Amino acid sequence: MNAAFLVFFVVGTIAVASSILVVAMRNPVHSALFLLLTFLCVAILFVVKDAEFVAAVQVLVYAGGIMVLFLFVVMLINVRHLPDDRTLSRFWKGGVGVGLAIFLLLATVVRTGTYHDQNPNKKLLRSTASHRVRKVTNPDGSVTRKRVVRHRTVGNSEAVGMALYQDYLVPFEVASLFLLVAMIGAIVIGKRELSAPEEETSPDFILKRMETEKDVKEAMSA
Amino acid sequence: MTWNDVVFLLPEIIISIGASLLLLAPVVGWRQRETSAKWSMLILLGITALTVIGCSYWVQEIPQSRSLAGMFALDGFAIFFKLIFITAIAMITLLSDDFLRESRYSVWEYYSLLGFALCGMMFMVSGMSLISIYIGLELMSLSSYILAGFFKNEEKSTEAAMKYFVLGAVSSGILLYGISLIYGVCGSLNLLDIGRALSTIITNDALMFGVMLLGAGLCFKMAAVPFHVWTPDVYEGAPTPITAFLSTASKAAAFSIFARIFYLALHDFQLDWSNVLATISALSMVLGNLAAITQDNVKRMLAYSSIAHAGYALLGIISLNSLGLRGVLIYSLVYVFANLGIWATVLMLRRHEYGGERVDDFEGLSRRAPFWAFAMVIFLLSLGGIPPTAGFIGKYFLFAAAIQAGFGWLAILAVLMSAVSMFYYLRLVVAMYLREGREADVAITRPLQIVAATCLIITLLLGIYPTPLINQATESSRWIGARAAIIPHAGR
Amino acid sequence: MIPTHWFLILSAILFAIGVCGVLTRKNGITIFMSIELMVNAVNLTFLAYARQFHQIHGLIFVFFVMAIAAAEAAVGLAIFISLFHHRATIDVDEANLMRW
Repeated sequence: MNAAFLVFFVVGTIAVASSILVVAMRNPVHSALFLLLTFLCVAILFVVKDAEFVAAVQVLVYAGGIMVLFLFVVMLINVRHLPDDRTLSRFWKGGVGVGLAIFLLLATVVRTGTYHDQNPNKKLLRSTASHRVRKVTNPDGSVTRKRVVRHRTVGNSEAVGMALYQDYLVPFEVASLFLLVAMIGAIVIGKRELSAPEEETSPDFILKRMETEKDVKEAMSA
Repeated sequence: MTWNDVVFLLPEIIISIGASLLLLAPVVGWRQRETSAKWSMLILLGITALTVIGCSYWVQEIPQSRSLAGMFALDGFAIFFKLIFITAIAMITLLSDDFLRESRYSVWEYYSLLGFALCGMMFMVSGMSLISIYIGLELMSLSSYILAGFFKNEEKSTEAAMKYFVLGAVSSGILLYGISLIYGVCGSLNLLDIGRALSTIITNDALMFGVMLLGAGLCFKMAAVPFHVWTPDVYEGAPTPITAFLSTASKAAAFSIFARIFYLALHDFQLDWSNVLATISALSMVLGNLAAITQDNVKRMLAYSSIAHAGYALLGIISLNSLGLRGVLIYSLVYVFANLGIWATVLMLRRHEYGGERVDDFEGLSRRAPFWAFAMVIFLLSLGGIPPTAGFIGKYFLFAAAIQAGFGWLAILAVLMSAVSMFYYLRLVVAMYLREGREADVAITRPLQIVAATCLIITLLLGIYPTPLINQATESSRWIGARAAIIPHAGR
Repeated sequence: MIPTHWFLILSAILFAIGVCGVLTRKNGITIFMSIELMVNAVNLTFLAYARQFHQIHGLIFVFFVMAIAAAEAAVGLAIFISLFHHRATIDVDEANLMRW
């Protein structure tokens, strides 16, 4: 039992426990905080698997970005005080059953460990994960292009960076389109018009709004 | 990335730059200029279509890019589908024109999102690696979620977006888990490498489960039965042009990617999944068609009908022969145009944002707009697969492929269910021709006329003289067919 | 070195918990958090396999999954806010304007 095992067990247990709490907590703010804990645990597990850069990104993107977004929205829409009988959907027993079934299936499936190992090369196994692919052109009279694959031991960040900006350049650019689309979407859908449209100034709308606010207040005091 | 690779991706590059430029138009004070938005979008689509055709001549010999980890291919299959997508998006642009003009939502963002969705579909259909396919799929889905909820002041639209988003996100999680298991077994994300790996290793549980999860995720995107719950609600709630987008372009994209993955990567894994997919296909056809009968809302009826059509398209994927692959190509094209024609007619009946939706609204259309009522009949016949229309050709190929592959029972079921589907299609025809019309007026505008007329011409022309389409489909499916080692005219 | 399948089992547990959450909860935001759990489980699987094969591809996929999760979060939460403006609730069971 070395340190890595210990870390795996402790962090893994915390991750499982906190993810159960994410699902079980009644208050979305608590759920979000436990989700944050789960993300951090997963980041530690990434480090255990020698993927430091991914771990750093996990902390930055999930813990830093997504969680803040979650908490912001949870605070913005006041759903913290829902009556108790309304947290679980009608089918919760079935849901738990399906979850258990999926776990059993996945566990039996992955436990058998039948992977198709492409590189049973011991030397490669001992080297760090980072191999680096370089394209070398051989202009020996002809214009034959030869692809020379070179394995080199570099840091995790460098390996990821090289792969990301060489082979995966196009998906990387598409990911930027993705963020652009998300930005447009969040603004288009989430934005409320600064000049309130007609219906928001109509008496019916305001009455309805006040009624819902009263309901929420009642729910809070209950 | 070399200049050679740029050729592979030139259409996508153009559409993404163009869609980004559309966003800048309000900055220069063009926010209110709806007509310029429409024309900019159409010009952009035109340039993209020309680029696709140009690039197809450039890369004829080696359709797969060498660098970029072989992640993209511009084979005939991809080009065929890209042209379908571009045409469909152009028609949806025309359908959206008046619809947007009456609302106070920003048109530029709308068209830009359509452009990004198109970009995602184009990336996806030329993807040769599960990474590029996944990213394209998500770009398309994300844009669709936003577009479904674009009319945010309509409660229905927002609710549709919410349902679509929640179920879509769950399904993409499932899809991802499937991809990760397949990666774990095959050690690669490239479709051809997966195909090679699968031909050497014995089927195991992890692989089986991975393929099932991947299939489940893809079935969600094409709305096949156990994963169809979102379809009627999202189709009903989304703005009608976006419903048209979801039921045509987005659906054809799902067909294409299903076919590409299963033909290229999983062809050696056939026996294990084909029975499960056959069940899904049978369920989709039965449930989709039977549920459509009871619907009074045209959008919901077409949603259930599109579930049934997902079942038909699956026939071409399960059969895994060259007939089936051609069938998927032909059927997608035929289905897209018949459906777009129907949506154009539905939009003609619109009186306010959610009008033209009920079967009652069609009453007496033959008197109010005889020509378009006739066009509607043709489109419905085409969806039902009745001979003089193009729908017959598509269904013929799919059913023949299923019989050739030994799924005779499924083909018989499909024919029976097509007959059932004629029942609810004819309900609309009866409403149009035999019922008294009400005073409701129709808004037959120029863009809607163009779309309906184009679809009518395509549907009739390809129904009467299908040879060019069949030849084109044969040509387009050649590269994938060769990779998948399909033996023509021999059941596997 | 920790065996790969331990990671896979941990990831299966997280995925199953995520699925449970999606199926049992009514609050839209909690459902979305459960989806994030599922996605994290997938990331763990990819990483474990990437180490197993000594390939960088699995790691790269984790990157894209993260980028996409971030984008989805932004859009999804915007949709929930918009729904809240209409309804003053984000219970998915209450979203019954149309039949499910």
